[in-house]
Amino acid sequence: MTEIVITGLGATTPLGGDLASTWAGMLAGRSGVSAITEDWAADLPVRIAGQIAVDPAEVIDRVKARRLDRSTQLALIAAREAWTDAGFEWEAEEGTQVDPHRLSVSVASGIGGLHSLLNNWDAQRDKGYRRVSPFTIPMLMANAPAANVGLAVHAKAGVHAPVSACASSNEAISLAVDQLRLGRADIAVVGGTEATIHPLPLAAFSQMQAVSRRNDDPQGASRPWDRGRDGFVMGEGSAVMVIETLEHALARGAKIYGTIAGSGITADSHDIVQPDPTGEGQSGAMIKAIADAKLSPSDIKHVNAHGTSTPQGDVTEAGSIRVGLGAAAEGCVVTSTKSMTGHLLGGAGALETIATMLALRDRMVPPTINLEDPEPDLGIDIAANVARPLPAGDLAGINNSFGFGGHNVAVVVTNANSNC
Amino acid sequence: MATTEEIRAGLAELVNDVAGVAVEDVQLDKSFVDDLDVDSLAMVEILVGCEEKFGVTIPDEESKNLKTVGDAVAYIEAHS
Repeated sequence: MTEIVITGLGATTPLGGDLASTWAGMLAGRSGVSAITEDWAADLPVRIAGQIAVDPAEVIDRVKARRLDRSTQLALIAAREAWTDAGFEWEAEEGTQVDPHRLSVSVASGIGGLHSLLNNWDAQRDKGYRRVSPFTIPMLMANAPAANVGLAVHAKAGVHAPVSACASSNEAISLAVDQLRLGRADIAVVGGTEATIHPLPLAAFSQMQAVSRRNDDPQGASRPWDRGRDGFVMGEGSAVMVIETLEHALARGAKIYGTIAGSGITADSHDIVQPDPTGEGQSGAMIKAIADAKLSPSDIKHVNAHGTSTPQGDVTEAGSIRVGLGAAAEGCVVTSTKSMTGHLLGGAGALETIATMLALRDRMVPPTINLEDPEPDLGIDIAANVARPLPAGDLAGINNSFGFGGHNVAVVVTNANSNC
Repeated sequence: MATTEEIRAGLAELVNDVAGVAVEDVQLDKSFVDDLDVDSLAMVEILVGCEEKFGVTIPDEESKNLKTVGDAVAYIEAHS
């Protein structure tokens, strides 16, 4: 089967304005969660979030930014880093770098242009319809991040934005891998983005009892598998990769981080928000992904878990990992980088697939911070509080992403074909 | 009542804000589309901005007649 390799990486997250600073923060076990100091947060039960470390206004041209939702701005920042990391020039003339008809984009957002939607409604309600920006629709549409990345790189083989809540960007990666394997493109820009730190989603997630209210201790609020956990912490940010067929990468002499060896998708068909407590769908996604990668569970040395820090979700996933890997779960180092970044929703899958890749490259799994009092009998080996080394030799890892709606997407990466 | 130059200068600020055109380039003889590269959606934003800034309502059907900066300034002068 066609091998798909990773040749460019980029991110802008609560830990840093680029991937290097984000990754350094993860390895150091640094929390990117902080108090929301804006006045609108004062009355909310949740006043903490993983807020972006570098404001996009510092990076994106002001006039361009007026026409782009924050989620798209973040995606463009991450995509530019990934595209240049892959050896290309950003916003170069069409056709000068890759064949546009062989280049696709698959960049997801779980929620879409929320700020644009709500800010324009505010303007309409308060001052009348004439105050609604004529750019409102192309700003709020959920495919706006993908479409704008596609415009920047001149992608003509297809621009996609699969939506599956917090599994969205893993699904975007999976979709692009399938298309490269099917020969519908040679190279793809893939990833996800989210920017929903706004009173409405914070109130809505609070009403669901889904988010942590540990307002007096923001950096301790995201604590996957700790008995004191009380919900996830919303984060914002974007992560993007350039992936391509091995043949295409070798032909252009690209730097190769490793291989996306496979993916697996299932749906719970259990409940609109609660994961199936049996974990059948979650473990099923992992089993499918390992099979798709033509690997065995014993090859999987690392799992970057969905691990959102919710009371039920973390326990369910631990069981799913035990079932998905079977006896091999014992030799596998599990972590949740959400303990440091918060939950990037539609951006989470891409960021954590990148973190999985870098953990294999550096043979170092970033820690799950705040794991002071672990839930008993989890049966998985978590890199608690300090980074954990991985062994020499061939390595494979899985990134899990699960979303409201019962979406489960697992992506397998390996250090095969790595030359950097 | 604002002078022609005051209206031009105020309009230039709006064009700069919305479309990034340098304020000194927004002169009466310039065409929004051909000279200043202001597209139709940006034009909508600029004209709505005029309503706030100059207290003049510019109907949608009128906006297509305002091809140059001078056209817009004259409309605002006549209707404010």
